[in-house]
Amino acid sequence: MPVWFYRLSSPPYFYTRCKPWARWLGAVSGAAMIVGLFGALVLAPPDYQQGESYRIIYVHVPAAWMSLFAYVFMATTAAIGLIWRIKVAECLARSAAPLGASFTFLTLATGSLWGKPMWGTWWVWDARLTSELLLLFLYMGYMALNSAIDDPRRAARASGVLALVGVVNIPVIHYSVEWWSTLHQGPTITRLDAPAIHLSMLVPLLLMAFAFTTYFCAVLLLRTRYELLSRERHTEWAKRAVREASP
Amino acid sequence: MPDHSPGSAFAAVLVRDLRLHARSPGDAANPVLFLVMVTALFPLAIGASTEVLARIAPGIIWVAALLSSILSMDTVFRADFEDGTLEQLALAPSPLALLILAKLAAHWLVTALPLILVSPLLALWMHFPATAIPALMATLALGTPVLSGVGAIAAALTLGVGRGGALLALLALPLYVPVLIFGAGAADAAASGLSVSGPLQLLGAMTLFTITLAPIAVAAGLRISLD
Repeated sequence: MPVWFYRLSSPPYFYTRCKPWARWLGAVSGAAMIVGLFGALVLAPPDYQQGESYRIIYVHVPAAWMSLFAYVFMATTAAIGLIWRIKVAECLARSAAPLGASFTFLTLATGSLWGKPMWGTWWVWDARLTSELLLLFLYMGYMALNSAIDDPRRAARASGVLALVGVVNIPVIHYSVEWWSTLHQGPTITRLDAPAIHLSMLVPLLLMAFAFTTYFCAVLLLRTRYELLSRERHTEWAKRAVREASP
Repeated sequence: MPDHSPGSAFAAVLVRDLRLHARSPGDAANPVLFLVMVTALFPLAIGASTEVLARIAPGIIWVAALLSSILSMDTVFRADFEDGTLEQLALAPSPLALLILAKLAAHWLVTALPLILVSPLLALWMHFPATAIPALMATLALGTPVLSGVGAIAAALTLGVGRGGALLALLALPLYVPVLIFGAGAADAAASGLSVSGPLQLLGAMTLFTITLAPIAVAAGLRISLD
């Protein structure tokens, strides 16, 4: 493994190195979001079936992608933290959880807002909606366990095991929910049934997905830096970092 | 020379736990009483209409079984954690996962088996078709080991937390969903006269999967809580 990887696992190095990264990623995310939203709300044509209200996909779909990505990221960093006892990985996992939960909530909220004009109801027990709701519960359980244990190392390890159990269970949950929903009700709802999405709609969507990903990375780095600082507050480097930052 | 083979260690833990339960039979009765009472609340809450009760019976019985499992899981490691037995088990030469499997087997025999045995009575209360009762019992028999295994992971992780009960439910219930779907779904299908072999086989697969892997996760969780 390259040397920079080993260096990144040192809290002081991570803390100082990630400061400009967080700033740049945040700026890139903001720029991509402005351009993406302009493309999504102004340039992209209205859908021939759903009219203007389809435009919520530009928030809904990237948020749904990020909700799954954040969980896999969280479980991966939690596993790294469990196996190699790397503090930075533990902090990354802990910082990713509220972000992932927020994306999951955003997915559910925008889906609900979209469902009202399209399906005539705020909520249906559709397979995808139910899986997403259960994903939110998994995030909640992870965060609850992480904050219930006082010792941060033990909290990170216990919730890391939970994240791994969750990641093994997510496919089982997903397919069982799919089986259940097809058993109980036919596919009365078709989502985005157009097989190929037109380029003028796709480009803003990809831009928004890029903006969401960079936003996730930027906020993740910020949160992880503060998490490291608060965990290491008794060490020399943390005291120095705080002294240097305060005027 | 004492016998240190994994088989004898498994048997020793199983017998010890069963004997402990036999000496305080009241504790073991709680989950089954809970199941009976929760089920009895539903006719009172939604009215005693025969068709409605028969329609929702598998779901009610399965949800009550889930809650009862959560309730009994809170205590599965608690006493052994407090008096230091768990530390001795963790230090024992046999693999901790195997000893946990023995503990879970004893726990299942004492708490889940009575649920399965009492389920015909609940099914009759709820006007569930008598011909489908064997299928309901089969779903419970195949599904409850998964509840024990997954619940034990949550119990092991929340062991060090003072107020573990609500947290345990929060961690375990989302993971219980697949079992609930297949268990209640199969019992429902049996009531309509459909074949249940598919969902029963899936439940059996989940049970095998859980028996194989859950003790390892429980062992990891216990070692963290014992730190």
